[in-house]
Amino acid sequence: MTTTVDQDMVSRHGGVLESGAPGAATQNACKLCSPLGAAMVFKGIRNCLPFLHGSQGCATYIRRYLISHFREPVDIASSSFSEDDAIFGGARNFGAGVENVIRQYEPELIGVATTCLSETIGENMLGMIGDYQREHAGDGPPLVHVSTPAYLGSHVDGYHAAVKAVAAQFVAEPASRDAGRVNLLPAMVSCADLRHLRELCGMYGLKATILPDYSETLEGESWDAYHRISPGGTPLEDVRGMGGSAATLELGHSQAEVKDTAAGWMEKQFGVRRHALGWPLGVRHSDQFFTSLSEISGRRMPAEIEGQRGRLVDSYVDAHKYISGKRAVVFGDPDLVIALAAFLSEIGIRPVICATGSKARKWRELLAAEIEGGGEDVEILPESDHARISELAREAQPDLLVGSSKGYPLARELGVPLVRIGFPIHDRFGAQRMLSVGYRGTQELFDRVVNALLEAKQENSETGYSYL
Amino acid sequence: MSQEQDIQILEARADQVWTKGKGGELACDRKSTAGSVTQRACAFCGSRVVLYPIADALHIVHGPIGCAVYNWDIRGSLSSGPQLHRNSFSTDLAEREVIFGGEKKLKAALVELIEANRPKAAFVYSTCIVGLIGDDVEAICKGVTRETGVECIPVDSPGFKGTKKSGYQAACEAAYRLVGTGDTSKIPKHAINLLGEFNIAGEAWMIRDYFKRIGIEVVATITGDGRVDELRRCHGASLNLVQCSGSMAHLAKMLKEHHGIPMQRVSFFGFEDTASALYAAAEHFGDPELMRRAEQVVREEISKYAPKIKDYRKRLKGKKAALYVGGAFKAFSLVTALRALGMKTVLAGTQTGSAEDYGQLKEICDPGTVIVDDSNPLELAKFVLEKDVDLFIGGVKERPIAFKLGVAFCDHNHERKIPLAGFEGMLHFAEEVARSVLSPVWKLAPRRSRPVIPEEPSNHHAGS
Repeated sequence: MTTTVDQDMVSRHGGVLESGAPGAATQNACKLCSPLGAAMVFKGIRNCLPFLHGSQGCATYIRRYLISHFREPVDIASSSFSEDDAIFGGARNFGAGVENVIRQYEPELIGVATTCLSETIGENMLGMIGDYQREHAGDGPPLVHVSTPAYLGSHVDGYHAAVKAVAAQFVAEPASRDAGRVNLLPAMVSCADLRHLRELCGMYGLKATILPDYSETLEGESWDAYHRISPGGTPLEDVRGMGGSAATLELGHSQAEVKDTAAGWMEKQFGVRRHALGWPLGVRHSDQFFTSLSEISGRRMPAEIEGQRGRLVDSYVDAHKYISGKRAVVFGDPDLVIALAAFLSEIGIRPVICATGSKARKWRELLAAEIEGGGEDVEILPESDHARISELAREAQPDLLVGSSKGYPLARELGVPLVRIGFPIHDRFGAQRMLSVGYRGTQELFDRVVNALLEAKQENSETGYSYL
Repeated sequence: MSQEQDIQILEARADQVWTKGKGGELACDRKSTAGSVTQRACAFCGSRVVLYPIADALHIVHGPIGCAVYNWDIRGSLSSGPQLHRNSFSTDLAEREVIFGGEKKLKAALVELIEANRPKAAFVYSTCIVGLIGDDVEAICKGVTRETGVECIPVDSPGFKGTKKSGYQAACEAAYRLVGTGDTSKIPKHAINLLGEFNIAGEAWMIRDYFKRIGIEVVATITGDGRVDELRRCHGASLNLVQCSGSMAHLAKMLKEHHGIPMQRVSFFGFEDTASALYAAAEHFGDPELMRRAEQVVREEISKYAPKIKDYRKRLKGKKAALYVGGAFKAFSLVTALRALGMKTVLAGTQTGSAEDYGQLKEICDPGTVIVDDSNPLELAKFVLEKDVDLFIGGVKERPIAFKLGVAFCDHNHERKIPLAGFEGMLHFAEEVARSVLSPVWKLAPRRSRPVIPEEPSNHHAGS
């Protein structure tokens, strides 16, 4: 090797970054871009193909990121802008692209999301979609459009905007109300979470329409034939019928602060009662979720779920001495961070730093309200990045990190465990199957947290006890 | 019922698919068909990939957050020192900057990051938005260079400018700004540059070691384990060995035109190609002692790994492979390397091969082999089924196509963490292939667990 090592440039810990004062640059972002969120939603509708109007790199990057997390095919079309299209508009590419998608994929729905490029040149999406509808006069699949420039909001906003766009376009005036049906609008939870949420509704005798439901499209079986579009997802028919459901459960604390969400819109339009809830993570927030299910179904909590709750509380007691007083750094999507902070507070772990790269309404207040004794000693960092998180974490010396794989360099530097949750998880296997909602999911998350701390203690002990 | 027959090639792409023995031409070097779900990325991605491994430079993406975030520390390029390149810096443009311009923010971001990290140079990547709002990135770079003393170099890489290939060109232009500014007085007579070697999993270190043993100094690896100062003095080398020709051809051309350095296309993948590359360098200097040592290195290395590879060959013989990679040069080497393992390539495709590349690829492939340019998941699935392949070689985006159909997979992309170059790399490659192809899990995969309906005799059997 002929290279010389400039010692100044190597971080003390062989880690990555030393600097990180808040400033003009975003350093190691704690968010992704909005079309990714929209693409996730489109992946959760049956036979839907996502289509990004812009340069093809956007689609390719997002595909690769999603594939690395879910390990499933993720086909996202692009109108493949060239320089000419950027100058003269991409209508021609859009038209040709949609036709090619129909020819290749025979989709039941094409989910069109814009990009920074098409938004900045002011593409007339509604006009182009109108042209398509005229030409097809009812024979082609419908197109749904959501505006997702990355310079406005993050993947979280793209996700919610797409849910809203799909609902607003397809949910129809109901002929009657079905007391046995409930709408569920989750956030970017895992595939296992989606399956469990459906199961829980079912235990209350409620059939859930989940928008989006990518539990199968992004965690499918091994195939015996090739599927152009992965099987699974919520049928458009079911989306149309959401107006006739008994109620809508909408997850996410900060979403509850927004009036015109998909659930808010359905309530106003069709009188479907909106239950704006936090993520059902931890005992308290799961309690609220199950209370809503009881209210909607008129049924008491099934004995099986009561058992899950009881066992969870029992495990809290059994493990509390291992974790009490520990300090955690939590980062990720705004509503996930709130839910995690609430959960950690509930089990006696102090979430000393809570950070998100996104912007959410009243996030600081909502978060502080979930932390035992208020959040005065807690660093609450909205619109932050990993450089800032790392800088504060070096001072705070936490016992563990809770968040996505992107926290690994910091965990390695500090020599503390990282409990992986959220997106992306690119350095562990089975992110799709990680359960963390409901009492059962909380139990799994709780065990992961406790065991991460036990393992750290064991690893760092000189004696190396096998009995803890 | 054969499912592959349901998948039709789009009309607009029909001439980008070619089967050896069936005649016709293969079209390439054209824009991707809208809506085809191309596996290609954009110009920005191309620039970012090529310059990424320059470890003591600051890389800042000027644009909204998406472009910066998807390539944060995902690649396997290693650095022996600084790790600055593994960060993701972005101006994270918001709506107000899109309306009023992002120059101020770029300047503040650059100054702040340079002060905090003291890099040897800074690369500023333009994204689609910057191409549209008309920020004068060049002027900002000049100003900050003056202010900080750290050279700031614009990379003209808005995504819509084209495929990765256009981005490679922009990256070469940017890198070239550093060339010729360093001291070359201590560079010996027998000195070369390695272009298009990105030190994935330490590959450049292995290759540099071969040259050290031969007695040839490597001035700069461009850009694997790269350093700004190496780029500054790389014009002092006497020969450029160019791997991954698509990405670095332009830089090699400039070095030839302006500094008179000859170039030679090589590959360090597989025994044969690695040996040829070492011999080519040794021969260039016309010193028989160098050639003697090169032969010795090749002999030593091959004798170390050949027996094990022979063993794998026995177990892999007759298996069929599909490959879909970025550039064509990698494809040639893979066809040869697979042959060395007793395997046959039945599908070879690239994202951005040129007519010249495909000409060579056509020559080395067996009759019946399908060659495809700028393909997409459905086409690739169709060929995997039609050809009943046992192994797919590609990147992360191709992996689920193979796995869903119960087909083995080998990652040959920049994200991998296993060195596949050089003599030792060939053993890793064999291990990688064998680990997947010979795994018992396929017996349970639905598509492989029932008897495969024999394929109708087609002309690709005729040639074997």
